[in-house]
Amino acid sequence: MTNISIRIWLVPLALLAIAIALPFVVPKYYVQFASKALLLGMLAMALNLVVGYGGLVSLCHGAFFGIGGYALAMVTPKYDPVSLWWSFPFAVALAGFAALIIGALALRTRGVYFIMVTLAFGEMLFFLFHDNQFAGGSDGAYINNKPEIAIAGRVLLDLDKPLAFYFVVLACLVATIALLTMLVRSPFGHALAAARDNERRARSLGFPIFRLRLIAFVISGAIAGVAGYFSAAQFGFIAPQTLGWHVSATVLVMVLIGGLRSVVGPLVGALVLLGLEEVLKASTEYWKLAEGLIVIAIVLFLPNGVRHLLTAALGERKDESPQDVKAVAKVEHA
Amino acid sequence: MLEASTIVASMRANGLSKQFGGLRAVADVSLDVHQDEIHAVIGPNGAGKSTLINLLSGDMNVTAGSIVLDDRDVTRFGAERRARCGIGRSYQKTTIFQQSTVYENARLAAQAHSKAPLKIFGDVVSDTNVNAATHDALERTGLTSRADTLANQLSHGEQRQLEIAMVLATGPRIILLDEPLAGMGTQEARKIVELIASLRKGHAVLLVEHDMDAVFELADRLTVMQDGKVIATGLPQQVRTDPAVRAAYLGTHDGAPGDAA
Repeated sequence: MTNISIRIWLVPLALLAIAIALPFVVPKYYVQFASKALLLGMLAMALNLVVGYGGLVSLCHGAFFGIGGYALAMVTPKYDPVSLWWSFPFAVALAGFAALIIGALALRTRGVYFIMVTLAFGEMLFFLFHDNQFAGGSDGAYINNKPEIAIAGRVLLDLDKPLAFYFVVLACLVATIALLTMLVRSPFGHALAAARDNERRARSLGFPIFRLRLIAFVISGAIAGVAGYFSAAQFGFIAPQTLGWHVSATVLVMVLIGGLRSVVGPLVGALVLLGLEEVLKASTEYWKLAEGLIVIAIVLFLPNGVRHLLTAALGERKDESPQDVKAVAKVEHA
Repeated sequence: MLEASTIVASMRANGLSKQFGGLRAVADVSLDVHQDEIHAVIGPNGAGKSTLINLLSGDMNVTAGSIVLDDRDVTRFGAERRARCGIGRSYQKTTIFQQSTVYENARLAAQAHSKAPLKIFGDVVSDTNVNAATHDALERTGLTSRADTLANQLSHGEQRQLEIAMVLATGPRIILLDEPLAGMGTQEARKIVELIASLRKGHAVLLVEHDMDAVFELADRLTVMQDGKVIATGLPQQVRTDPAVRAAYLGTHDGAPGDAA
């Protein structure tokens, strides 16, 4: 048993060790790039809770991401940093609240109508911030000072340092993975997947489908807000475009590349897509065309996502005891 | 989970109607079912039997009429709330979680009726009450040896058994069975008939079934529907000889449901 649990933990721990060592071996530019990629990976994992596990294709997660960022922009004073202690929970709560309102209305629809309603809400929020001057309008809003943690004037955490920023993001990412893994394995997660697989049966068994999906939607929106908060902090700027469908769709592509049926798949998808962009931008003027073709190829030839390449390469499933196979199967369909 | 509750369960439908556009699928149907009895509903195809079950379970909204569970009007309750009140149903067309194991299918049913069905903390395997109800339901339906099989790998008959196992795992007081024997082999059907007979004690069972042998073996009371209306109701022996029923089933010829067997 201990032998098996060591094996299960080995790969994630090795990956975590690499992630921790990374900023000490690569140039500063790549540390910032890694922070950005991990934040988008966090957004993609949040989205996958509703898309992959809930079976609800949302096209407004860019809006929750953007609200997290705008919340930070609007509470940050012009010449001073804002305290992370309260601005962070405020931003996350605001994103979660937006998800509660949008979810409560959108979850009354199904299938393609759900997609259209979420798309409409995302665009409404885009125009709300774009056409009104309260948050900078179409020019966007600046965050001149990154949030900090300070006690009695002493700065304990300064997010201006790329290294500190990277580790805060990494910590949030690990917490997100832990939270989502717990959710997916819990009775809640199994009920959510049951509602996806057969809504009628789940309903007649007595599961409160609407409440179930709304909770998942709010958790997902709140995590998207976490990613948006730090993303805005990183760039010191937030534009209304962040709220729009383009971001939402890009993140959905990350989810599809990474695979719908695992917690970390979308993170892998985000890293693959952003890494691909980085490489292609440097090598060809027509990088968007090349990127599009490669994405199509991945979706065609790896319908379960690139994460399954890793699984196959590492031989995760081989020579496990039957119980573990069962556990894997449960998580897979969960 | 399956033990009889101390409260005597009963369900009553008063003047139930369901209109689909120009079609009156169920027209002014009144019937009741009580604990410790099996009430069978029969009738030709298109008589409105499945629609009736859907109205009682809350899968469909009624056009007119009311549904009373014990002494409580549940007409406006949705399917999930009625299920939480103790109504369990099976589907005529197998409605299970195809990608999950047999165990997980039954476990989900038990989970839906546990104290905290949407618990966010803790693993799904740790709830002993849920596990006990799951094992019990699989045991009673003879699926214990198939627990780890994916539901879509089961034979048709086994899927029908699973359909019933899921109803049992919810620990219902009122059980609505929509053609549980449909498409089953003789051997499998025999087991299910015995199982349904064993449900009589402690439950109120409403059974819609085409297999007349099974119906006459199981039913304490019998209701016959045709064109959405109840044409006869009463003890099986009375209904069997009812002229209207003979006409509905066999035109003007002699014979009645059950005779052919």
